[in-house]
Amino acid sequence: MLYIKCPHCGLRPQTEFSYGGDATVKRPELNKEVSDQEWDNFVYLRKSPRGKHLELWQHISGCRQWIKVERDTLTHEIFTTLKANENL
Amino acid sequence: MSENFRLEKGGLINRNKKISFTFNGKKYFGYEGDTLASALLANGVHLVGRSFKYHRPRGFFGAGVDEPYAIVQMNRNNEVDPNVRATEQELFEGLEAKSVNCWPNVNFDIGAINNFLNKFFPAGFYYKTFMWPKSFWYKIYEPIIRKAAGFGAASIKHDKERYEHKYEYCDLLIAGTGPSGLASAYAAAKNGAKIILAEDKSRYGGSLLTSEVTIGNQSGQDWAEQIISELKSMPNVIVKNRSQVFGYYDHNMLVMSERVSDHLPKTDKYTPKQRLWYIRAKEVVISSGSIERPLVFGNNDTPGVMLSSAAKEYLKVYGVLVGKKPIIFTNNDSGYETAIEFKKNGVDPIVLDTRKDANSEIIKEAKELNINIKFSYVVVAAKGYKKVNSADIAKISDDKKVISNIENIKCDCICVSGFWTPTIHLASQSGNKTKFNEEIDAFVPSHSKQKEVTLGSANGVFTLEETLKTSFEKGSELSKQITNKENKVPIPTVVEKKSSKYDKFWCVPLPEGKNYKRFLDFQNDVAVADIQLALREGYRSIEHVKRYTTLGMATDQGKTSNLNGLQLVSEVENKVVPQVGHTTFRPPYTPVSIGAIVGREVGKHAKPTRKSPMHHWHEKNNAVFVDAGVWLRPRYYKQGNENLFEASKREAKNVRQNVGVCDVTTLGKIDIKGPDAAEFLNRVYTNSWLKLPVGKARYGVMLREDGIVMDDGTTTRISENHYHMTTTTAQAANVLSHLEYYLQLVWPELNVNVVSSTEQWAGAAIAGPKSRDVLQKLFPDLDVSNEGLPFMGYMEGNLFGVYAKIFRISFSGELAYEVNVESDHGNFMWEKIMEIGKEFNIQAYGTEALSTLRIEMGHVAGSELDGRTIPYDNSLEGLVSKKKDFIGKRSLGKKAYVAANRQKIVGVVPLDKKTSIPEGSYIVKDPKAKLPNPKLGHVSASCWSVEYDNPFSLAIIKDGKNMIGQKLYALSPLRNKSIPVEIVSSHYVDPKGERVRS
Repeated sequence: MLYIKCPHCGLRPQTEFSYGGDATVKRPELNKEVSDQEWDNFVYLRKSPRGKHLELWQHISGCRQWIKVERDTLTHEIFTTLKANENL
Repeated sequence: MSENFRLEKGGLINRNKKISFTFNGKKYFGYEGDTLASALLANGVHLVGRSFKYHRPRGFFGAGVDEPYAIVQMNRNNEVDPNVRATEQELFEGLEAKSVNCWPNVNFDIGAINNFLNKFFPAGFYYKTFMWPKSFWYKIYEPIIRKAAGFGAASIKHDKERYEHKYEYCDLLIAGTGPSGLASAYAAAKNGAKIILAEDKSRYGGSLLTSEVTIGNQSGQDWAEQIISELKSMPNVIVKNRSQVFGYYDHNMLVMSERVSDHLPKTDKYTPKQRLWYIRAKEVVISSGSIERPLVFGNNDTPGVMLSSAAKEYLKVYGVLVGKKPIIFTNNDSGYETAIEFKKNGVDPIVLDTRKDANSEIIKEAKELNINIKFSYVVVAAKGYKKVNSADIAKISDDKKVISNIENIKCDCICVSGFWTPTIHLASQSGNKTKFNEEIDAFVPSHSKQKEVTLGSANGVFTLEETLKTSFEKGSELSKQITNKENKVPIPTVVEKKSSKYDKFWCVPLPEGKNYKRFLDFQNDVAVADIQLALREGYRSIEHVKRYTTLGMATDQGKTSNLNGLQLVSEVENKVVPQVGHTTFRPPYTPVSIGAIVGREVGKHAKPTRKSPMHHWHEKNNAVFVDAGVWLRPRYYKQGNENLFEASKREAKNVRQNVGVCDVTTLGKIDIKGPDAAEFLNRVYTNSWLKLPVGKARYGVMLREDGIVMDDGTTTRISENHYHMTTTTAQAANVLSHLEYYLQLVWPELNVNVVSSTEQWAGAAIAGPKSRDVLQKLFPDLDVSNEGLPFMGYMEGNLFGVYAKIFRISFSGELAYEVNVESDHGNFMWEKIMEIGKEFNIQAYGTEALSTLRIEMGHVAGSELDGRTIPYDNSLEGLVSKKKDFIGKRSLGKKAYVAANRQKIVGVVPLDKKTSIPEGSYIVKDPKAKLPNPKLGHVSASCWSVEYDNPFSLAIIKDGKNMIGQKLYALSPLRNKSIPVEIVSSHYVDPKGERVRS
């Protein structure tokens, strides 16, 4: 079970969080023309890296904040955690 | 007649307390402090089971966790307990156990015929034989194999025992209380670190319990006792025995299983049988020790052949002789300790040492005791079927290839010692890349991935002096980093015997013309020839060899077999062991009972049960409840002998004719506040929200980014910047997360806050033509006329002193209102509604009637919004704004979504107006078409229309728009039904929606 440092609450067990996928995906702006390809990339296509991965987690059984977690998908090592508005 | 093998004195058992127990129906006696194994051995019982594949007789091989054979089935407190190791089960008064894997009994086992047919049971036998014919597997092969295999039978009864989970945090978790565990714990405890010290046996001390050493001015055993009692008295130390740390997981989380009551005849009322500890440790010290390695020779699985260390433990801890004519077969000095122990207790052993010559203090001592030692000697084969009665021994050449001078000598046990294998399971589980230590021919931990360190013999260190020194130092160093304190503890002096070099020889060659089985894996009946066969057949990876031959599998996980297996593979392959590598060690190290894993989350405790504030009223009024997510909701209220169908029909009819009331507390509610709330809703929902006036509700549909409908519900503008959103019961939590996602990550510039208010409000839906009459009487001061409170209107009221929110919204399609009050007043509100509604024939209705009402109105719900449909499919395209952008809009332009024959919701009525259509039925054109019959769609929801008194269903079918009026078939292959149907509009009742506005 992972031990995730919520930037708002501190170290908490994984069971308090839910996983939210790739944190580097950016939603196209509203009302902006986007190509089919661009939209499909946003909705469906995700990388599945072996190694470092910046991902989203939500502290659902805690402060309910979405946070960013940089984690190694192979070893589960967590390098850093960030608030929603912070970047690496 | 059973012979007594108990010594007159000695051991750590309590000879003042005699204990009776039964094994295979026969009564025996032992003492307090015995294990089932030691007590049986004291009674001369060596035959305890039959082997897995060949059903060969099985005795005791070890004295603890490493035991591969002696697995028994227990009867305790009227419950069965399978898969119990007799070497770990402590004796208690009245203990009942029996052998497993034998039929009709352990002495005469019909399955033993496999032993004589063993030519037909080579490695991979099951894979090779039972593949053909395929259809035989389920009906013939599998049931027979199942009957013949396994280590006991689980109970099919509900387990009444209590199991608990515990979460604990500590600075240091120390697994094992041998010298390294005690020393590191002591040093760390003195530095003030919070420590958990775990021992899997009942007695602390590990190897110190059986070794002849001096620490300081005490015996090793006394020193261990003193350290433990001091640790126990310290407030920062938790000391646990009967506790096996069996799994090392990510981020230094370890799981330990504590056998709290297994050693007692009965579990106390408020005590668990077992307790599972989830421990998050800052640092972990693995002091799990080592397990003696077997030597491999002919029939080395015969009862009476056992590890030399186990024989010593039975002698020193339990005062039990495993035999009176022992052969000690060894390749190192450890065997001599056992030999000396026998000799001291008046039994003459013969030592066969594979080494040509060896000299050390202990060998000198043995010689001085006149122990018969034969160097360059091996056991070729054990003789005897149910018990060793003699052994063929032989001289072995210096190159270990040739045996000569075979002779048969009488014996009643053969104690083997093939040196020691460090127990690296926990280190390996932690992700430690192990390395091969040539000197001891075994893997030891290397680079730590997590915060762990392995000490003592688990790390391949076999001298006490070095072990104590490094353990004291490491315990001090690790704890100092955490506590910033240093209280130096003096490292005691050690007196121990120095060992001479061990011999790497491990497998005795077969004598000419003999075909003895030489076992590597004792639990899974894997012999040398099986591995050789697997390699001949082309298996190379050790992981494949393991699975093909079952080497190192099952409950044993290769504790005694692993390294010998690797040695054999490397020999045949002409490689060195580190090239072959070892199979991955996976948790659990020892079997963990399902009960312990589940803990208290059984039955009603498996998940939380949420009840509405009106629950007691429902109960009192004969509600039959149904699980709705985590909620319990009334499905129907039973009157007299009514069944579900009759009751729900009555309830629904009463809504259409008079008035009904339904508990809608479970609907998700989200409070939304902020100056940008309107803009936010406008982005979340498909329809437009900017112009919704204060005091008005609106129905909305929200999508996922892929265009699929996520949820629907009404949202009401309470005041300028305050909205009250409702979601479906099932999606409440997901919708909240969804909103938070967009507010926190995508549009953080929006000034909006959302919070769940589901549990803050109790809700009652009052529906039916007479609902306004009821409402008016509930709120006599309010103008609730069609003008005063129009459809989709909202007002606040005073319900006999209680603040209430009133929404004119309808799910039933009738004139209807939803009244919300704070949860504490929910029951008050409900009772008032029932009281006032009496004159209008009000009746409570449950979820079944609720479904009926919405289905015949063509209102969609979870069965249509099933994660596969877009707004169009649900005839909700009118709510999709063309003017503004919203979540998921871009996806709605996808080719498949705008196809001319896109699926759409329709109504389905059976032609005979009698036959109900099962939900999930396929809609097809030709019921007799060749399978797979091309389906047009499926029936999503069915009811008995109370308006027309005939069955009615909703279906989502291809080109639904153009199918109205068509005669098709509803096919339910599961129920073998084919029903001729007509496709009609999904709005079966009141298609113009006049009633809700009346």
